[in-house]
Amino acid sequence: MRCFFSAKWLIGVAIILVAVVLSGYFLSVNKSGRSVGGAAVLPSVVDYNFHIRPILSDKCFACHGPDKNAREADLRLDTEEGAYKALVETAGMHAIVPGHPDKSEAFLRITSEDETMRMPPMSSNLVLTTYEVKLIERWIEQGAVYKPHWAFTAPEKVAVPKVDDEHWPVNEIDHFVLARMGEKGFEPNPEAEKQHLLRRISFDLTGLPPNEDQLHRFMANRSVDSYEKMVDELIASPAYGERMAMHWLDVARYADSYGYQDDDIRTQWPWRDWVIHAFNGNMPYDRFVTWQLAGDMLPNATKEQVLASAFNRNHKITEEGGVIEEEYRVAYAIDKTNTFTKGILGITMECAQCHDHKYDPFSQKNYFQLYAFFNNSLEKGLEGLVDSGPSKTPRLTITQQDVEDILKFINKGGDTSAVSVSVMGERDEVRPTYILDRGLYDSPTERVYPGTPEAILSFDSAQYAPNRLGLAEWTFSKENPLTARVFVNQIWAMFFGRGLVATAADFGNQGELPSHPELLDWLAADFRDNGWDVKRLVKQLVMTATYRQSSRVTERHLRDDPENIYLARSKRLRLPAESIRDLALASSGLLNTEIGGPSIKPYQPDGIWEVTSSGRGSLANYVQDHGDALYRRGMYVFVKLTVPPPNMLIFDASNRDMCEVTRQRTNTPLQALVMLNDPVILEASRVLSGRLLMEEPEAPLETYLIRAFRRILSRDPSARELTLMEAYYKGELDRYEGEPDAARAFLAVGEAPEKPGVPLAEHAALMAAVHALYNLEEAITRT
Amino acid sequence: MNKDKVIEKEVEQARLYQNRRQFLSKLSIGIGSAALGSLLIPDLFSGKGTGGDRGVSMLPHFAPKAKRVIYLFQSGGVSQLESFDPKPKLREMMGEDLPESVRGGQRLTGMTASQATFPLVGSYYDFAQYGKSGAWVSSVFPYMANVVDDLCIIRSLHTDAINHDPAITFFQTGAQQGNRPSMGAWLSYGLGSENQNLPAFCVLVSKGRGNGQGVYAKLWTNGFLDSVHQGVQFMGGPDPVLYLSDPSGTDRISRRALFDKLAELNGLQFDAFGDPEITAKVQQYEMAYRMQTSVPEVTDLAKEPDHIIKLYGPDCLVPGTYAANCLLARKLSENGVRFVQLYHQGWDQHDSLPGQMALQAKDVDQASAALVTDLKQRGLLDETLVIWGGEFGRTNYCQGNLAYNNYGRDHHPRCFSVWMAGGGIKPGVVYGETDEFGYNIIKDPVHVHDFHATILHQLGLDHEKLTYRHLGRRYRLTDVAGTIVKDILV
Repeated sequence: MRCFFSAKWLIGVAIILVAVVLSGYFLSVNKSGRSVGGAAVLPSVVDYNFHIRPILSDKCFACHGPDKNAREADLRLDTEEGAYKALVETAGMHAIVPGHPDKSEAFLRITSEDETMRMPPMSSNLVLTTYEVKLIERWIEQGAVYKPHWAFTAPEKVAVPKVDDEHWPVNEIDHFVLARMGEKGFEPNPEAEKQHLLRRISFDLTGLPPNEDQLHRFMANRSVDSYEKMVDELIASPAYGERMAMHWLDVARYADSYGYQDDDIRTQWPWRDWVIHAFNGNMPYDRFVTWQLAGDMLPNATKEQVLASAFNRNHKITEEGGVIEEEYRVAYAIDKTNTFTKGILGITMECAQCHDHKYDPFSQKNYFQLYAFFNNSLEKGLEGLVDSGPSKTPRLTITQQDVEDILKFINKGGDTSAVSVSVMGERDEVRPTYILDRGLYDSPTERVYPGTPEAILSFDSAQYAPNRLGLAEWTFSKENPLTARVFVNQIWAMFFGRGLVATAADFGNQGELPSHPELLDWLAADFRDNGWDVKRLVKQLVMTATYRQSSRVTERHLRDDPENIYLARSKRLRLPAESIRDLALASSGLLNTEIGGPSIKPYQPDGIWEVTSSGRGSLANYVQDHGDALYRRGMYVFVKLTVPPPNMLIFDASNRDMCEVTRQRTNTPLQALVMLNDPVILEASRVLSGRLLMEEPEAPLETYLIRAFRRILSRDPSARELTLMEAYYKGELDRYEGEPDAARAFLAVGEAPEKPGVPLAEHAALMAAVHALYNLEEAITRT
Repeated sequence: MNKDKVIEKEVEQARLYQNRRQFLSKLSIGIGSAALGSLLIPDLFSGKGTGGDRGVSMLPHFAPKAKRVIYLFQSGGVSQLESFDPKPKLREMMGEDLPESVRGGQRLTGMTASQATFPLVGSYYDFAQYGKSGAWVSSVFPYMANVVDDLCIIRSLHTDAINHDPAITFFQTGAQQGNRPSMGAWLSYGLGSENQNLPAFCVLVSKGRGNGQGVYAKLWTNGFLDSVHQGVQFMGGPDPVLYLSDPSGTDRISRRALFDKLAELNGLQFDAFGDPEITAKVQQYEMAYRMQTSVPEVTDLAKEPDHIIKLYGPDCLVPGTYAANCLLARKLSENGVRFVQLYHQGWDQHDSLPGQMALQAKDVDQASAALVTDLKQRGLLDETLVIWGGEFGRTNYCQGNLAYNNYGRDHHPRCFSVWMAGGGIKPGVVYGETDEFGYNIIKDPVHVHDFHATILHQLGLDHEKLTYRHLGRRYRLTDVAGTIVKDILV
């Protein structure tokens, strides 16, 4: 590939880009160029990155882009040289003639009346809208200026914009947000009510609802720093590490089984314990990722560093008899490559596995250069069939002594035997890597060596070793344009429900453009320049006035910004699957706050493992746990890859099949059925109602309802709500007094022991009322 | 409960119901189709994920021949040589080595790669011709033989994979690896459901008596499509859909009271926050309530008349059996479920084939044929496409020790047999041809992508236009390949 994106050139472009940003240019262009909520209006200045590239990429690059093998008419439109040069097939013409749409063959072809001439061709099933054609016309009129892709130049801290309302912003982030809001004619929502704020930060920072004590303290504390104090308290709590790990387990496709065919158990959970530990200890992101990519290769690697490298062994591993080993060994290296590029670099490199990327400047050679870093592992394609053990070579054995001395964060749950984990280990002799034609293991072509895409940042072999450790150093080089942006964006999405780049796994040409480009760059540079400090970043986000806004939705919001791109409110977000379980357990008092250890098997509908199982291996039958294990947090629920926990999947949990960066957030009838009928929710209702009745046996109904509201919804009920709930309770009481058998049947759910002496009908009726509260939309939403 | 109390309750219910209706009308909720997903028409017109395509916004692309699909997947890899593709030559050459010229460099699984010889083995069962079409069927499938004039037997399917997991995944999702949407999810996305109270994509799983290899939830995954397109597994037990049954100690009246109370309380929250997700949630609860009524009705097989029970065989009254699932599939399909996916495990005969395959066949033969007959009698076969087959075929040579009455066959990707019926597919046809060794296709090959393209075509979908944009790329069920098998279309 020609070195179009040379480092020198990049620096030059970066300077221009910064100049453009400083001139406030980004602020003046609307992402789509359409007037908000009205008819399309062409922007006065058409920008290549923001207006033209998305169109060309989506509609033209597949045949006139980076993939040389798919290129038609020897024309490429993704580079200036390609677009301006004389056309091969049409003598004397050029695809694009700056300033002259009428002389630009490309423009003439997209506007041709002749269907056989018109681009894109019918067979592509693609069409350009009139608006897109007009944009291209104006862009050519204005000189058809090309610019490098925004995400492939290193982020720099731009000046924080000035805003009229100096009182609103809490920190720099708010300046950027308020300025953008102003352009769109929005004003920020007022600050959310205190109880909503508490529930919001509690779920966002710990994945748990606030307890009654926190609620009481926070509501009673009138001091100005009460919010910050609570933020600090939550970030310092061990549950913070669990909450952050919830996201990382998706990125790292963590699971408790091997995933293919017989799908036997594996023990990667000590790695999961490490992730929680690392977040709680605020391990800087560069170290966090370096250990995971190459912990085993660090000088005098510790057991902890080797354990971290299990990240790259979390993918599915086959135990199917008769497979061709090499086919799977290659599949594992491909998975590692794809996880690294998607989860850490935020690009869709996997497209280049079979051919040059059709949209981004990544060749198939680039793909296999990256793949080469992961191709030197000691692992085998097939190490053994089902029942051959819960870890595979290379493995790390963790003894009881290790846990007592150095790996204190690993929870072996009282089991003193050693546990082994599949980790990374490097061959002494380098395994040669070849480009695999169409990505097939048995079609090697040209030999390649470890390297990275030039378009992102060339791999300087004088500076970096050609191995995973070198790759980690490259990843955290100050010049790397993606690493910081991508992580900051993932964390942003965690707290605001949507990334500044909505396609968190695709920062390439086909990805969405950032809604707040300068803010993203500022945050990324700030994060990078402050030691990749994750807790600092998290606190920065939740301290903003932006984050603290009320989530009240106005008609204007709905009409002009339903997705809340411009952040003039807080968005109400359905809780993640794990937190829904956690809400039920924590609010009822059932929650077992133990951290880490082997994953647990809670209540699950009968037969769903058995009916799909081959009958072989230790996971053929579901053997439910009992006692305290039933009340562990959602993140510890056992993930059998071929049959993931159904109540989790119904709430959009990742199936952990591959690296996943963004979960969906759907709203379906099956979710209603889970909340209505899952024994987890029913048992929590029984236990909480029993507890309320026992703790204050003579109290009026109102007291029970208020406490249930506080524990489940973290707020007091309104008078109207109390009236409604009292009526509901009384209806149920009436029924259960007349039908004691029904009351007993309703209460007979879950294994948590029943305290004696709770009056039967009252208990069943209050259980029904509590169950109703769990079924409110508000209960599983952070407001 | 005394009579007065009952009346009092009914009055109260009526009042609550009135409140609920007022609440709903006040919000003037349209059916939030995006939120209802596969339970309704999916989000076709928002342009989400398809911007600018000529694809999904114009569905179906042309008049469909079939409205629904029932796919009877025979997991494990049914031997074509003991079912629909007789090869007398293999009996003649029993025990002789497979000529290298025939094998032609075909890769082998790790199970037979180290075998010193590849002794050919003929079918233990006899074949005969049936029906007007004179199609050959082996003796273990007497019922299917009887409906052979309704079937289109394709003897020339071939695939890229040689191991179960990737091969089944390929058949279901169009890719061997990776979290791609299942065929049913694509149809749910493309066409939605005909029934507002049932999912568009239902999954039924059963186990046979032969060597089984398991099935995986990823086979009915939505992949990158919205998770409402995920297949909903129907179970044989008391809860036909997970979490469907009301808690003990409650009844429908008490549930109605709960739903109405929730709608009112959610309404207060809507007043305070104005978030349309709240009203969508209320709608989802209503849908759940309707499913709780409609699903048990559909899945109640006990009410089927005697002649139907007889047709499918007595097993159809035993929940979770293949026969029961075939009958249930008919009922779901008849009620508008777009795609019913059955999986029957146990077809992986690496050894003991003669014994095992007879048992497997006995479990599926009658009910498979019954489904075709049943649909035909109801006038539904024309608009319902029924498919029967596994993920690959089996080798013409023996794996392990060879005896005339006991042998095994390894996986074979180069040719295998599948049949289709109804849904605008030509009946009474045998399509494609393999060589006399039953090893290579010599006429009219049908690749898995072609098979997918043809199914989509019958449903009125152009496989090149049914796309979903994910992480920058437009994905198709057929990836970048697939040709419609026009010769088998009516």
